[in-house]
Amino acid sequence: MSRTTTVDLGTPAVPGIASVQVVVDGLPVVVPPGTSIMRAAALAGVDVPRLCATDSLDAFGSCRLCLVEVDGRAGTPASCTTPCAPGMTVSTQTPRLEKLRRGVMELYISDHPLDCLTCPANGDCELQDMAGVVGLRDVRYGYEGENHLDEPTDDSNPYFSFDGSKCITCSRCVRACDEVQGTFALTIAGRGFDSKVTAGAGETFMSSECVSCGACVQACPTSTLQEKTVIELGVPTRTVKTTCAYCGVGCSFNAELRGDQVVRMVPDKNGGANEGHSCVKGRFAWGYATHRDRQLEPMVRESITDPWRTVSWAAAIDHAAQRFLAIQAEHGVGAIGGITSSRCTNEEVYAVQKLIRAAFGNNNVDTCARVCHSPTGYGLKQTFGTSAGTQDFASVAAADVMVVIGANPTDGHPVFASRMKRRLREGAELIVIDPRRIDLVRSPHIQASAHLQLLPGTNVAIVNALGHVVVTEGLVDRDFVAQRCEDDSFADWEKFIARPENSPEAVAGITGVPAEDIRAAARTYATARNAAIYYGLGVTEHSQGSTMVMGMANLAMATGNIGRDGVGINPLRGQNNVQGSCDMGSFPHELPGYRHVSDDTVRAVFEDIWGKSLDATPGLRIPNMFDAAIAGRYLGMFIQGEDIAQSDPNVAHVKAALGSLELLVVQDLFLNETAKFAHVFLPGTSFLEKDGTFTNAERRINRVRPVMAPKTGKQEWQVACELATAMGYPMDYANGAEIMDEIAATTPTFAGVSFDRLDELGSIQWPCNDAAPGGTRIMHADGFVRGKGHFVDTPFVPTDERTSRKFPLILTTGRILSQYNVGAQTRRTENVRWHGEDVIEIHEHDAETRGIADGTAVTITSRVGETVLRAKISDRMPQGVVYTTFHYPGSGANVVTTDYSDWATNCPEYKVTAVELAPTSRLPVTDAEMHAEHQPVSGRT
Amino acid sequence: MSDAGADATPQSLVRMANQIASHAEHKPHDVAVETVAAHLVDFWAPSMRSTLITYVDAGGAGLTPLARDAVDRLR
Repeated sequence: MSRTTTVDLGTPAVPGIASVQVVVDGLPVVVPPGTSIMRAAALAGVDVPRLCATDSLDAFGSCRLCLVEVDGRAGTPASCTTPCAPGMTVSTQTPRLEKLRRGVMELYISDHPLDCLTCPANGDCELQDMAGVVGLRDVRYGYEGENHLDEPTDDSNPYFSFDGSKCITCSRCVRACDEVQGTFALTIAGRGFDSKVTAGAGETFMSSECVSCGACVQACPTSTLQEKTVIELGVPTRTVKTTCAYCGVGCSFNAELRGDQVVRMVPDKNGGANEGHSCVKGRFAWGYATHRDRQLEPMVRESITDPWRTVSWAAAIDHAAQRFLAIQAEHGVGAIGGITSSRCTNEEVYAVQKLIRAAFGNNNVDTCARVCHSPTGYGLKQTFGTSAGTQDFASVAAADVMVVIGANPTDGHPVFASRMKRRLREGAELIVIDPRRIDLVRSPHIQASAHLQLLPGTNVAIVNALGHVVVTEGLVDRDFVAQRCEDDSFADWEKFIARPENSPEAVAGITGVPAEDIRAAARTYATARNAAIYYGLGVTEHSQGSTMVMGMANLAMATGNIGRDGVGINPLRGQNNVQGSCDMGSFPHELPGYRHVSDDTVRAVFEDIWGKSLDATPGLRIPNMFDAAIAGRYLGMFIQGEDIAQSDPNVAHVKAALGSLELLVVQDLFLNETAKFAHVFLPGTSFLEKDGTFTNAERRINRVRPVMAPKTGKQEWQVACELATAMGYPMDYANGAEIMDEIAATTPTFAGVSFDRLDELGSIQWPCNDAAPGGTRIMHADGFVRGKGHFVDTPFVPTDERTSRKFPLILTTGRILSQYNVGAQTRRTENVRWHGEDVIEIHEHDAETRGIADGTAVTITSRVGETVLRAKISDRMPQGVVYTTFHYPGSGANVVTTDYSDWATNCPEYKVTAVELAPTSRLPVTDAEMHAEHQPVSGRT
Repeated sequence: MSDAGADATPQSLVRMANQIASHAEHKPHDVAVETVAAHLVDFWAPSMRSTLITYVDAGGAGLTPLARDAVDRLR
């Protein structure tokens, strides 16, 4: 496939019905009112020359190249800024226009390096293209006059360079930073001839507030802002459309390559989730896929203290199969199990859960979603009837009020955050409920109307107080409740929530949030035309995570904020395929499609296709597996693409469990912390090699297409099939498409999904079936999946994890923009330049009273463990609360987190750990020191 | 069968059962018992349930009254 270029219509689409007819160069075209002449011309098939215009940015009208003539009007208006009027007749090519354009181009080129043959953008430069389009043949002014050819190059950013000598000051980069990303890091400094693009206040890109999203690089029409990979490797020659493997936004990308070498990742303008935008991880941090640390061959060892031996695939799979079978023969069918990964494709996850249910013969399958969004699954199923966010991302453009609870979108879900910020700049109100002052609370052109800075662990008290105000102040949407919700459960909830203990005044002492602030926030939410709730792991990773999800659902139903654009309950999923891994039957009590294993009818569907009788009782969850392993009754485990020895809480307990296993099989890209306990290592494939689908937080199923052959020689689902077959259960598919066909045949919400259909539509949001053949943007529009919406009483039950004189601070954890989860991917990229180690953020007063200075090492001690990090004094933190990330294994953030968990799902309570901090002379453990703990790899045997 | 001998430690199960019960305490006792028991059936592996039943038979120390009644309902 050759390199594909995206059609650019010059200016953004204008919503509305096409009703204005104009004629461009004799071609009639009908467009919505407000559409620019440039866009209308492009729609008619006429490209007007341009440099400062692109359809991802508002028209600017600075380059003066897109001039046109309009019959009956004087002058030569810019087509990008001139809207169409009914009956307008436009000429884009006349002798006058040609002369004007050549004159403009002459001026540009007289101050531009004439190094096209050696320029990295040669053949991919809009300035070069336009010089050709306007027929520029000479420059009358010469090149000796005052110019910018000696402007310096800023190479500070690891991923792109800024060569000021090539800048034509079109402002596309500045506008991309403002309009698309919403960071406002760039500006045009100076006036007239001295105008130039500047990062921050005359800083380098790296030292400015630039977040390296790359929108400016993508917008640049010259080689001024250029990916360093393009400078190094040359202009790409082919394109493969695929999906990012980082967060749950699930951005679509055009992987641009030379041969099978990725040159750059360009966000796809037609991608439903991202519409042409990306973040620093998705656009730039893909180098891990070919990092030297990747293990590409299977390995085995008898004991975890032995060195690894590289072996053939057949030998490794046979070894694992025989050991699993031997454990079952001695200890029973239920003595083994496995964990699926939210980083893997739907097809890979489906294959592994099938391996466990059909070949292992039990339901001991769980997923890393256990430790993040399992409460979402429980809570939304109880109230709405299915485990899924209600909206698509585009819905936020219709929100008048956004409530962001326990999420940090600018760091965790940056591309969606840019959508949010756009809507906030348009005037939507923002309420943030979070112990920490996240960037959204106050950033350029954004100011939250309320920040309810609650104490960690008190979410449910807050949501109950919000509900209390709604009920007691007459703010319930009675029509919605009467038509769409259960009478009985609403009546019960109404009585419960109106109790005095749920009032803002009663919970103010618990939450630390003034009652009047809670009341104001409740009124803002309840009286908005459209109010949407967005939430993250700050909701779910609590002992009352499921309760909080149900509390938010209650609130949305009571105020009628469900079932249309601009509203809803929207989980911001952490990993790329959290939604998909849950959809695919990764939980021990559910088959694909969230159907309980005890349902005979559902089980029969799978038994018929799989040819195997299935267990009708739930299996073990991850924490139950750990307990059973330590008890000596769970002895074999298959772990697909997860590093639970770093990511799960109370890692001492996790490591004790892993160390108790007779057989641990790890499938991963790297020898991670968990692999230190493994007996068999099966190399995994990166997203650049996978052939399948990811499902993002808006239920959008996106294709993941291989841009190169698997470096391991196998797709991961093939490995699952071969392991199942070696254990006596034949499992085989010709390709990923065949697995999706089986998913569609067994799972009603996926009934209309196939690879062909995805190729046709681009992406599909489930449910997709006969009732919704094109998928479903917004759920519960006409009725809830379960029928009537179900209200659940949500009493506040404080966590058992309490502060004390010995542990007076509360530790809460989260993510940073440049790193991702346990850092296995991002630590192997230049993103370490932004975040080279995890630090602990602490309020100035808490630091001072402990003698802690900024940057010094401190011990963090909890009831279960101790670690060392450097302190960062931060006014983001309230007194009494400290915060860290867990991107580096040596940081040991989860050495101190406890194994308290959500009452309904056992999702760990990462967000509340009582700790104490003290200065120390010890130093944090480095990445290299952690790596050195791995046993060596010997040669092939 | 998922539960061929695999279980969690009784103390861990006691804590989990009590925590589930604490979220049903606000309901009428009979309803609460049914709710907790149904949760254990829906989400716990049979081995975990049987371990807890055995633990109750041995005295069931540490279980709240509601949790204990729910476990009894599992028999």
